[in-house]
Amino acid sequence: MSSQNGNLLSVKDLRTYFETEDGTVRAVDGISFDLERGETLGIVGESGSGKSVTNLSVMRLIPEPPGRIVSGEIIFHGQDILTLSPEEMRQIRGKQIGMIFQDPMTSLNPFMRISKQLMEITQLHLGYDKDQAYRHAIKMLDTVGIPDAEARVDSYPHEFSGGMRQRVMIAMALSCEPELLIADEPTTALDVTIQAQILELIKNLKRDTGTSVILITHDLGVVAGMSDHIIVMYAGKVFEQSPTRELFAQPGNPYTKGLLKSVPDPAHEHGRELYQIPGLPPDVAHLPPNQCPFAERCYRVEDICRREFPPFVKLNDEHFSLCHFAGEVYAQSRVESDAKTAGANRRVAGTEASTGGGTQR
Amino acid sequence: MFKFVLRRLIITLPMVVIVVSLTWGLIRLAPGNFYSGEKKIPAAIEKNIREKYGLDKPWYVQYGRMMGSVLRGDFGNSLRYQGQSVNQILLMTLPVSATLGLFSYLIALLVGILAGTLAALKQNSRLDYASMALAMLGLSIPNFVLGPLLVLVLSLSLYWLPPARWGGFPSWNLVLPVLTLSGVYMAYIARLTRSGMLEVLRADYIRTARAKGLSERAVVFRHALRGGLLPVVSFTGPALAFLISGTVVVERIFALPGLGNYFINANLNRDEPLIIGIVAFISIAILLFNLLVDVAYAYIDPRIRY
Repeated sequence: MSSQNGNLLSVKDLRTYFETEDGTVRAVDGISFDLERGETLGIVGESGSGKSVTNLSVMRLIPEPPGRIVSGEIIFHGQDILTLSPEEMRQIRGKQIGMIFQDPMTSLNPFMRISKQLMEITQLHLGYDKDQAYRHAIKMLDTVGIPDAEARVDSYPHEFSGGMRQRVMIAMALSCEPELLIADEPTTALDVTIQAQILELIKNLKRDTGTSVILITHDLGVVAGMSDHIIVMYAGKVFEQSPTRELFAQPGNPYTKGLLKSVPDPAHEHGRELYQIPGLPPDVAHLPPNQCPFAERCYRVEDICRREFPPFVKLNDEHFSLCHFAGEVYAQSRVESDAKTAGANRRVAGTEASTGGGTQR
Repeated sequence: MFKFVLRRLIITLPMVVIVVSLTWGLIRLAPGNFYSGEKKIPAAIEKNIREKYGLDKPWYVQYGRMMGSVLRGDFGNSLRYQGQSVNQILLMTLPVSATLGLFSYLIALLVGILAGTLAALKQNSRLDYASMALAMLGLSIPNFVLGPLLVLVLSLSLYWLPPARWGGFPSWNLVLPVLTLSGVYMAYIARLTRSGMLEVLRADYIRTARAKGLSERAVVFRHALRGGLLPVVSFTGPALAFLISGTVVVERIFALPGLGNYFINANLNRDEPLIIGIVAFISIAILLFNLLVDVAYAYIDPRIRY
């Protein structure tokens, strides 16, 4: 957690608010996290939890007005990018931080050839001339797995499928070999088989280039295989923060447990109705400050949750949870996980017995 | 694309035939005649005139003759302007109207797009409110009010500009008619541009452009303008049609020897060949302009294919 030299990005107490007719929306309300070089960080949460706003803040792409970064620090490469001039910020965008957006169908300019959209970024940041930029564009398309890149580079976006367009977006984001890649729900708008391909692509490119990645998603299944650390966000706050493996094995927050329970598990719950967290995400414009924002939806709720804002509890060196009963939930998860493992073992043992025990798990 | 253009060109012909037929029918339905004036004409002279112009023939023969001349592209002689063919009059008046119309539309495009873009970029600023208030005003004042008002203030009171008459191109005489004619279009284009740009500036691909680190100027001019101006392009087709009816009024106000002014006179005089000629010419022009706009649209937006 401490900000070492290994940190590429360090966000401290970031607050981004939006002024609306309905009042001040505290979309991001005191977020802190660190990202080490070469690491992948997953940010998970329901719609409206502040995931995207956090990362648009890092890019300083919050539309102002109505949005405003009220306070906090975003230390990238040792400097606070909130203090940079717009001109200096443009040097970072696209060059040192690349970004992929959710909807590849609308994120590319429909009036401009792919080649031109890819070329303008290297011409701008790397000072390439037209020829170099054009060759680089072809190379990037090739890298992201677009077949026959040379022939297709001059296409318009509408001539590409959704998955191909997302590949183009990735090619664009990685054109200048940025140190940080922010992927904002990169697979949400794609169908499932393409999702897997795109995730695999990001994973491979990350491995080859050593880029750090922030992966925003509402799908725990997506981050599970990708990220080193996970942040769970709710109502503009970090609810839980943990290494990926531990978060899945032993969550320390009722909200995270709800999210994990909502992931379909066809192997063990066949025929059973899929779990969902009761209620809806809160209206962050009208959130009472002195209660837990999740209280109304929580299975573990007690009086104190409605009276006091919960503490950010340190469960171990790398694992934190925002809950009055964090320790208790954490311990409970341990018991459940042990029971589950034991149960799974029993089932496996049973299968082996009935089939003569040929298969290994 | 080629097929599309060809199809549209072929369809132009029946369209013109329909428009001309309706016009001819309406002229014939109206009471009176080109030779009936204040003075009563003796019956013998009337008979002579009717024979000379073929008015004694059954209506279908007259219609056939008229349509034949239209299809040959020779509209015959004017009944009023003795010794001048309709084609000569068209050739003489067209430069005046075309200068007025195109110049007005260019000015309207220039000012309208500029004002609309600035208003969109500085949404809810004073500049935005001011230009949109002006645009509202421009839309609300009809050209037959705006024209005389401008004349009253800028020529008859301040003596800055000539109040009327044609002075060729370029000349100071052109300023007031162009201002009068372009006012509405300026306003309309400014509003179209503003809303188009506002929509595009919120689009995902503009966010992408910003995320690339492009300067605000590159974002607006390279990425936003094209999509933001699509509504203006599609407005240009109908605008040119309205522009022609606008020139009719404006040419009258400023006594310009254009197509519109002659069209009014032709109607007052019941100058049938001239009316038919001008109507046929204008409908062909509108059809061709619309075709041009559609082609331009496909050029601007690569997703559109015919």
